[in-house]
Amino acid sequence: MSGLIDEALAERALARALANGGRFAEVFAERRRGQTLAIDEGRIESVQSGAEEGAGVRVVDGNTTYFAHVDGLEPADVERAADEAASALRAEGTEPRPLRARKATPLPIERRPEEVAAERKGDLLRELDQRARAQGAEIAQLNASYAEARREVAIANSDGLFTGDDRTRVRIGVQSVARRDGTVETGAETLGAHRGFELLEDDPGQIAEHSAAKALRLLDAVPAPSGSMPVVVGGGFGGVLFHEMTGHGLEADHIQKGASVYVGKLGEPVAEPLLNAYDDGRLPGEWGSDAIDDEGQPTQKTQVIEAGRLTSYLYDRLTAEREGVASTGNGRRESFRELPIPRMTNTYIAPGEATPEEIIAGVPRGFYAVSFGGGQVDPATGDFVFGVSEGYLIEGGKVTSPCRGATLIGNCLDALAAIDAVGDDFFMKTGICGKGGQKVPVGTGQGHVRVRAMTVGGTER
Amino acid sequence: VSELSTAARRAVEAATGAGAGEAEAYVSREGGRTVRVHGGEVESLTAAIQTGVGIRAWSGHRVGYAYGTDLSEAGVAAIAARAAEAAAVADEDEFAAPPVPAAVEALPGLSDPSIAEWETARVVELALRVERTALESDPRLVGVETAVYADSSERAAIASSTGVAGEYESSSCYAYLQALAEGEGARETGLGFGLARGPRGLNPEAIGAEAATRALAMIGAGKPASRSCPVVLDETVAASFAGLIGGGLSAKAVQRGRSPFAGRLGETLASEAFALHDDGREPDGPASAPFDGEGVPRRRTALVEGGELRSYLYDTYTANREGVGSTGSAARQGYRSLPAVATSNLVVAPGALSLEELLAAAGDGVLVTDVAGLHSGVNPVTGVFSVGASGRIIRDGALAEPVREFTIAGELAAMLGAVSAAGAEPRWVPFGGSVSTPPLLIAEMAISGS
Repeated sequence: MSGLIDEALAERALARALANGGRFAEVFAERRRGQTLAIDEGRIESVQSGAEEGAGVRVVDGNTTYFAHVDGLEPADVERAADEAASALRAEGTEPRPLRARKATPLPIERRPEEVAAERKGDLLRELDQRARAQGAEIAQLNASYAEARREVAIANSDGLFTGDDRTRVRIGVQSVARRDGTVETGAETLGAHRGFELLEDDPGQIAEHSAAKALRLLDAVPAPSGSMPVVVGGGFGGVLFHEMTGHGLEADHIQKGASVYVGKLGEPVAEPLLNAYDDGRLPGEWGSDAIDDEGQPTQKTQVIEAGRLTSYLYDRLTAEREGVASTGNGRRESFRELPIPRMTNTYIAPGEATPEEIIAGVPRGFYAVSFGGGQVDPATGDFVFGVSEGYLIEGGKVTSPCRGATLIGNCLDALAAIDAVGDDFFMKTGICGKGGQKVPVGTGQGHVRVRAMTVGGTER
Repeated sequence: VSELSTAARRAVEAATGAGAGEAEAYVSREGGRTVRVHGGEVESLTAAIQTGVGIRAWSGHRVGYAYGTDLSEAGVAAIAARAAEAAAVADEDEFAAPPVPAAVEALPGLSDPSIAEWETARVVELALRVERTALESDPRLVGVETAVYADSSERAAIASSTGVAGEYESSSCYAYLQALAEGEGARETGLGFGLARGPRGLNPEAIGAEAATRALAMIGAGKPASRSCPVVLDETVAASFAGLIGGGLSAKAVQRGRSPFAGRLGETLASEAFALHDDGREPDGPASAPFDGEGVPRRRTALVEGGELRSYLYDTYTANREGVGSTGSAARQGYRSLPAVATSNLVVAPGALSLEELLAAAGDGVLVTDVAGLHSGVNPVTGVFSVGASGRIIRDGALAEPVREFTIAGELAAMLGAVSAAGAEPRWVPFGGSVSTPPLLIAEMAISGS
């Protein structure tokens, strides 16, 4: 599998992992390569590259997982991790099944980024810099970054599974700072995919222009209002609303620990019938897609809300086993240094029928959150918060003044049930999601969505 | 000379051999374990070993970086070559130069032998005790999401072609849990945590009890009315804000026009009640070390004193740019990251008032015990913030009902001017970096609720 570890070594490591008992063992081997560079003040800087290899071995016994990880993929390294994982067990050894290789087909990469000269990446950043600055003399600062990462993984387990994946992601980000007299505003934009350098062959400079335009528009911003009001959320990264509000609460580890407001809600209506939502790790080329999850399970499209009813939670191997269901292919890990846990892949609200104009026209006075800087939820209480990076007032069904400093706050179940319009202008955006100290790439998506009432926490006095 | 220092020196030679004019290598080896418990059982037990090298290469005034896990001779040579190639891609920057060596004073006591002495079974028992204390505290305490104990011991060595050489050892551990309380038809969560250099420094009962107390206190929470009022930030929340302020005092953010504190050195920003310094050698500080991520000695730097903004934090590059000295503020997140300006241990000076006295001084207001959405609700360039919060109403100078689902909003620099008192009892908090702070009373803040 990707030449990371051979079958004989994997079998040997699994046998050693189960030497003191356990009902399941797994070897996860990984090679990570990456390059990043940035431009700031018009200069290319922070040019860096990384190359890491290592293995994580886990043994499951009862409800306990024993896990050890080491840097390096030499046979001695992998065996050392296996021995360490087994060292806390004291029972009779168990036998792994013989391995059967199962081929997974990695997502296609047309142009390997590591084969593109670093100078070309630097030129790309220079273009982003120039395109953003060309938007206006008030663009005072610009920084942009380029990152490529390749993860080759091999997974072998005591059920006989032996598989692997080869994942390459590319992402660029731009932050523009606009200044007028004493007023300073920022605008950020990103573009990323589980694709190669071909992602950047269209016109990546557009995102620089968008980020600059955003910062310039905000120079005229008024302080955001405060209070409960209708909120229209923009497409794409607006989907982070659903990611935080619902996605995290559907991860089966939260459910099984009673730490989610969605416990016991399977099959229940949780939203208006117009709402359909999915987690889909198979969307071609998307940022959150992989051929298999980090336990070797093929990724899949899981409908989590069907016509307003909750239809599925998101499972990894262990949480699925506990409930006697199949894994939904959501067992993900940041690297070989972490244990897999249930995570979202690409989570989105399926397109509806309204146009964004119709959705906004239905609001006499409200708030329009075009995009967020990010969000956070406590799945146990359902309390969430989102920082709005670009927001406007809606007055008389029309978008009016830009607003600065707005935060949306609320409770998941109330806000999900209050979605009363879903737009037809669907698209996906990229995010980095943190949970339990692990960061993984996730996609979020939706068309425009309207929430009947939500609390806007602004800075207006 | 230890194995790590030798490896660092060899990596420097490999980089200069690969064409770098100057080079620096940072090698670290870290071992650690993590125990997660749930429902009286061990959920997972992790043993970790990590070793790697990060090499910075200069080619004239161009700088590049590469890191990797392969410390064999061929592996290090490949990493060194990539660092030299990376330097060729960077643009010339006249201030990019390796640090000059300075005498480093040893800093003993950073490593606690109890990490090695405590067998895994003993730290498992500690984690179980953390969970049990919370679960047994009150019938309304219905669960603990996960209780975690983790420790690590690290050795790091640095060497450079300009003569920097150093090595040290340190250890750290922490335990935390998220307790779940139920009442009045809703679930509430509460965090408890403790940090130390080794497990003997942790008090599992206190950690468990803190989570339980916090979760139970939130039962029945409603939304407060929107208004402007005095606000008391507890230590965890004050630490998060101190961390944001520390980020704005990075000379890199300042020099690049991305800080609300740019151009304000010498200005009176804060009230007399607020003083802040950074101390990379603070004996109790979790981030203490004899030298920073580029081998420059750690030290104490006064940031805000007598209300006045006294200094920014500098690494070698930002110091070169202003013709000043580095404050030893180059931080690394292990061998994988380029050194970058950051706080070490941020210390907010304690005042004279107990928490009760702070509440009494607030009169009518809100005690904020938790904030959410700091990464998206704060604009680090302007300092404008609006973040989610929860806590307790303060009425007639005493704690009253719990409140949640509201935001607190303001602007970082203005907030410093509005600090009207600091509590007398500081605490080390792992939020916002590594921060020691007492609770703070802010004279007025905007609250947005119902």
